[in-house]
Amino acid sequence: MATVTQETAIPTGVWKSDPIHSSVGFSVKHMVVATFRGAFTDFEITLDNSDGEPRLYGAVRVPSVDVRDETLKGHLLAPDFFDAERTPELRFTSTDIRTEDGELVVDGELEIKGTNRPVQARGTIVGPVENIGGKEGVGIDLSTTVDRREYGLDWNAELPKGGFAVENDVTLNVHLELAKEE
Amino acid sequence: MRVLGISGSLRRDSHNTRLLRVAAQVVPPPHELELFDGLKDVPPYDEDDDRDSVPAAAQRLRDAIADADAVLIATPEYNSSLPGQLKNALDWASRPFPGNALQNKPVAVIGASTGMFGAVWAQAEARKVLGATGARVVDVELPVPHAEEAFAGDRLADAELHENLARIVDELTAQAPPTAAPEPVRAAA
Repeated sequence: MATVTQETAIPTGVWKSDPIHSSVGFSVKHMVVATFRGAFTDFEITLDNSDGEPRLYGAVRVPSVDVRDETLKGHLLAPDFFDAERTPELRFTSTDIRTEDGELVVDGELEIKGTNRPVQARGTIVGPVENIGGKEGVGIDLSTTVDRREYGLDWNAELPKGGFAVENDVTLNVHLELAKEE
Repeated sequence: MRVLGISGSLRRDSHNTRLLRVAAQVVPPPHELELFDGLKDVPPYDEDDDRDSVPAAAQRLRDAIADADAVLIATPEYNSSLPGQLKNALDWASRPFPGNALQNKPVAVIGASTGMFGAVWAQAEARKVLGATGARVVDVELPVPHAEEAFAGDRLADAELHENLARIVDELTAQAPPTAAPEPVRAAA
């Protein structure tokens, strides 16, 4: 059950991610020194604090992965990586949301490629504020780092001059603008 | 279920083709293993030839893979790697990418060599290539060493090796979706 371990700044109500003004991205070191970034463009994330026990949950559609390279995208969707045929969604469900010294801390279960593992994401929450359309909005930024091998995404290739093609630690960055449900 | 067997060796008395014939014996009914016999006809991959129409032998390879529920490859080892003709066939089969005939196709790789390592590096390289094509590569290997003495009739002489081959075939067929399974009936929530 979701719990709030201390008084938080989590606004009441149900808040849904605005797909235009939100992003779900990832970054990973590759070729030893460079940072590769990608994103998922199709997702739905909800902050539900309708009963005083806030929950953050959502799903990300794997086939929406955007890496600006169709060949790489094809490989990412294949069984070597996400296996989108069998596991077309990433899912997250929070188990605890709190603020610590002004920082937003979210514990939860992250499911990738059918494997569920606990993660802790940290970031900020801002709002609510009234936007131009007169709707209330909340901004949430969260970041966490996972070892992709724990989810079975263990493809790699040794580089001829040493090191590996892709690091195992992948940073997930979520920037959300959430609108209050009427 | 149809398993397509592709031998990476073109030689008439190939140990790897023979290994696939043994595999055909251990495929549990009603599944069947059919040997692809057109590898030698597949021309070198050339993107200029890979347009609206492709060479007939390459199209035949793509169709055979597309029509199969799973693929079992037996590879010899040339210079610590897979033979050029097999790599070339996988290159043809990988196009267009994504959406090729190998995408999400269950594939396992086995191999025989006359040496003491049983084409283990060729198998690893073939798995790497297949992963890049988008295939569902079964994480197994079957190095059959000393191939000249490895067979006894339509079996592998080593009983443990023969059992391992049967296990690999089982694992491969288990990965393939049932061809004519009825839609699962979902209980009302």
